[in-house]
Amino acid sequence: MSSNDRFESREFKVVGTRPLRPDGLDKVTGKAQFGADVTAPGMLHGAILRSPHAHAIIKKIDTKQAEKLEGVHAVVTRTDFAKDVDNTDVLDNCMAGEKALYDGHAVAAVAATSPSVARKAMKLIKVTYKVLPAVTDVDMAMGADAPILHDGMQTEGLEKKSRKPTNIAQRHEFGHGDVDAGFKQADLIVERSFTTEATHQGYIEPHACLANLGRDGRGELWCCTQGHYYVRELCADLLGLDESQLRVTASEIGGGFGGKTTVFIEPVALALARKSGRPVKIVMSRNEVFRASGPTSSSSIDVKIGVKNDGTITAAFADLRYQGGAYPGSPVEFGAMSAFACYNLENVKTIGWDVVANRPKQAAYRAPGAPMAAFAIESVVDEIAGKLRMDPIDLRLKNAAAAGTKASFGPVYSDIGLIRTLEAAKNHPHYSAPLGPNQGRGIACGFWFNFGGQTSVSLTVNADGTVGVAVGTPDIGGSRASISQMVAEELGIEYSQVRALIADTATLGFNDVTDGSRVTFATGLAAIEAARNAAKIMCERAAKTWGIPSDAVVWEDGHAKPVSSNAGDFEPLSLKDIAASAANTGGPIAGHYEINADGAGVSFSTHIADVEMDPETGRAEIKRYTVFQDAGKAIHPSYVEGQFQGGAVQGIGWALNEEYIYNKDGQLQNAGFLDYRIPVASDLPMIDAVILEVPNPGHPYGVRGVGETSIVPPLATVANAISAAAGVRMTSIPMSPPKVLEALDSVLIAEAAE
Amino acid sequence: MAKIILWGGLKGFTDGETEFESEAKTVRELLKELEKSYPAMKSRLDVGVSFAIDGAIYRDNWFAEIKPESTVHVLPLLAGG
Amino acid sequence: MSQIHVSTTINGDPVEYLCEPDDTLLDVLRDRLSLTGTKEGCGSGDCGACSVTIDGRLVCACLALGAEADGRKIDTIEGMAEGEKLHPLQEKFLEHAALQCGVCTPGFLVAAKSLLEKNPSPTETEIRYWLAGNLCRCTGYDKIIRAVMDTAKEMKGKRKGKKS
Repeated sequence: MSSNDRFESREFKVVGTRPLRPDGLDKVTGKAQFGADVTAPGMLHGAILRSPHAHAIIKKIDTKQAEKLEGVHAVVTRTDFAKDVDNTDVLDNCMAGEKALYDGHAVAAVAATSPSVARKAMKLIKVTYKVLPAVTDVDMAMGADAPILHDGMQTEGLEKKSRKPTNIAQRHEFGHGDVDAGFKQADLIVERSFTTEATHQGYIEPHACLANLGRDGRGELWCCTQGHYYVRELCADLLGLDESQLRVTASEIGGGFGGKTTVFIEPVALALARKSGRPVKIVMSRNEVFRASGPTSSSSIDVKIGVKNDGTITAAFADLRYQGGAYPGSPVEFGAMSAFACYNLENVKTIGWDVVANRPKQAAYRAPGAPMAAFAIESVVDEIAGKLRMDPIDLRLKNAAAAGTKASFGPVYSDIGLIRTLEAAKNHPHYSAPLGPNQGRGIACGFWFNFGGQTSVSLTVNADGTVGVAVGTPDIGGSRASISQMVAEELGIEYSQVRALIADTATLGFNDVTDGSRVTFATGLAAIEAARNAAKIMCERAAKTWGIPSDAVVWEDGHAKPVSSNAGDFEPLSLKDIAASAANTGGPIAGHYEINADGAGVSFSTHIADVEMDPETGRAEIKRYTVFQDAGKAIHPSYVEGQFQGGAVQGIGWALNEEYIYNKDGQLQNAGFLDYRIPVASDLPMIDAVILEVPNPGHPYGVRGVGETSIVPPLATVANAISAAAGVRMTSIPMSPPKVLEALDSVLIAEAAE
Repeated sequence: MAKIILWGGLKGFTDGETEFESEAKTVRELLKELEKSYPAMKSRLDVGVSFAIDGAIYRDNWFAEIKPESTVHVLPLLAGG
Repeated sequence: MSQIHVSTTINGDPVEYLCEPDDTLLDVLRDRLSLTGTKEGCGSGDCGACSVTIDGRLVCACLALGAEADGRKIDTIEGMAEGEKLHPLQEKFLEHAALQCGVCTPGFLVAAKSLLEKNPSPTETEIRYWLAGNLCRCTGYDKIIRAVMDTAKEMKGKRKGKKS
């Protein structure tokens, strides 16, 4: 990070206002082009044949009959992909090799003149399977007699290596101090075990792409993705192409939330396009999205926390087990790192186990790994508050992490906003509002790291005095607006004079994926610096025009001005003036900036929920919900609120309804929006969003990422509210009506026994 | 000498050691030292790791400065959704 | 299988097309007529992204057949604005930042328009239940509901203004 990337306090003119988003008109009129909205001349329709078995050896695939069907132009299997690849798991996940590892695993694909011919062709592909026993539950997959997914897998991170077959890919450990000694100092110790089910990101737009690839190795790919540069890297690897020869364009993206950070159908479409010599479009059905994209991990977590009678935590321990689907890579390390990140602890230890099971390979989902851990930890903290008869916010404030706290995952925090969110929650009318019958109130905190990453931005000053900004991070929630605002602010021009667009992989330098809540932070930082570079050039042009040294000119309020009257008495030149004479003063004016941004600034949030339970049915209804989160600096407050609200509601869905349901053979039972129920408008109240601003020292305007943290607290917030309403601790998510009824019955049985 | 702390996931490469001292002045020097001391760790390091130097997190930056009094945490590669 | 000839009216324009007997109205709109503003999120009537109206009645285009459009009036998101003049709902969705990714937006707009035509002064609860068939995963619905409430209020104000 260069020193000028650091935060400097200032007055803003455009930042902090709520202008209309530049892509808005196209999106309210139906003109915006998403993944499935384009076609190409001569285009074929691709379809993917998927394993009906959760675990099976693929003995033989006979494609002859399918190839003979009229209208079929290509059939591909694993043999049509590169042999020696870097991303072996990604390849195996996109097209199975020796084994099908989950229900829905791709085994072959066809390209045909119409979707119906493609469907007919798939029925003619004969796959011979040897079906194996399957395991989908994380604790069962860790058991000694579990079916083994990968022969030869060894657990990384064990002190003593074991040769025994295992589904445990990795063991992680974090913490400091001596937890055993800490528990000895405790007056009260609470131990609990928790489980959460896998959920899906649930973006409304299914994966879709349109591919073209010639035998010369040159290709074009249009797809909905959070990161087209990463798509290019993976596809080039999986198909044996040069990255320079594959141009990837990101369409408008209909939701991602982490689920569109990798590839599923894109390499398959390219393989079909290469083999058929025609453009090929693949669009996933919703059934395929559920079965064969990347849902999140399910988890099983043990927590033990010890406290003094005054509420001081003396020791904290958690053992977290996440299954991440059929390949290593569950986000358990982030769960283990974030679990106690809200607390200032002397003795803390977390262990994380990354486990494989016969489910689709998980993909990131908004603060990957953190919501489950926060559910477990924040539930135990809530229980401790109850046992100590302490206000749950006071208990958290007593132990809250602040600047100087050594975080449980290692580093020491700089300025952070956790205490601000807790105090804001405590002072908010919601916290003291009366509750009705069968209602309970819960609160919980959440943490996310945030991330910066590789970023390129290119900015052009046009002859008419307007500015174009090319960025390489797909806009998943209004970032074209926030980037345009920052550029307008920096150049001192109107928001309407700036237009930000998403460039393709051939026209702008590399950019990491839109993930880690990084775009308004990192792309914003790069856009500000690109604007500063352009301003520097404009100052040089003004200096030349005036015949004074360039360091005697500054950029202020959209004008080049002499730095002082000593430098000379010249009428300031506006951006428009300088742009108009660019041809005469040295040619086009542009600014660019490339960085691998660090200093993203961690983020904290506190949520309050009021829940009403129906004792007859066990249905829990959210009556009131308030989010308090530190945004560092809210560039476009409406879209910051939107991130808070959207994350909270995804968390509410996870807490109350959403779950992957498998039968004993490992087949998914609810692969559709009817049976996998995400929250609908009538399930919810308004979601109040309170933005707090503790500037991030690592961004010129103080921005922190806001996209992910909001999904971390809701599982625990809702669980604490239901636990309060039901009078019994809820330990299993989702808290669907049958589970809540069961919990209520357990209270009745216990009362009857007394 | 800077204090280096490895996250527990690297224990398998170090016979259980997670803390040691180092004269490395940059992340790159520290990476080279880790590879030299624990050759088997290279494959894991190639996958990617993050560094927290006195609280500030760096992902891939070879040239991030390590001072003699610094504490450096070696962490899994940070990512997000 | 022989194709079916259909004569219909879409967004006020006369349209003719041939379709397979099993083509959905959504397939026809998107793939045969290039009206891709209507989105497919599920294909099973659960998400509302393909909301259109047939003779003024709100339906999921994925649950209607292309052949059913014969002799009917179909309205889609592409017909909502009049030239460059946006429908008040479209204006309010922009103003309230009631969209993030925007893929559910056409469905919400068509559904909300249909609500306001039936019930110009809906309560928040009525809006929430009417729109319960439209899934949005980005916004948590808050700003969408506010945008619809604000549109209803403004349209009511305008009607009153006209009367006086």
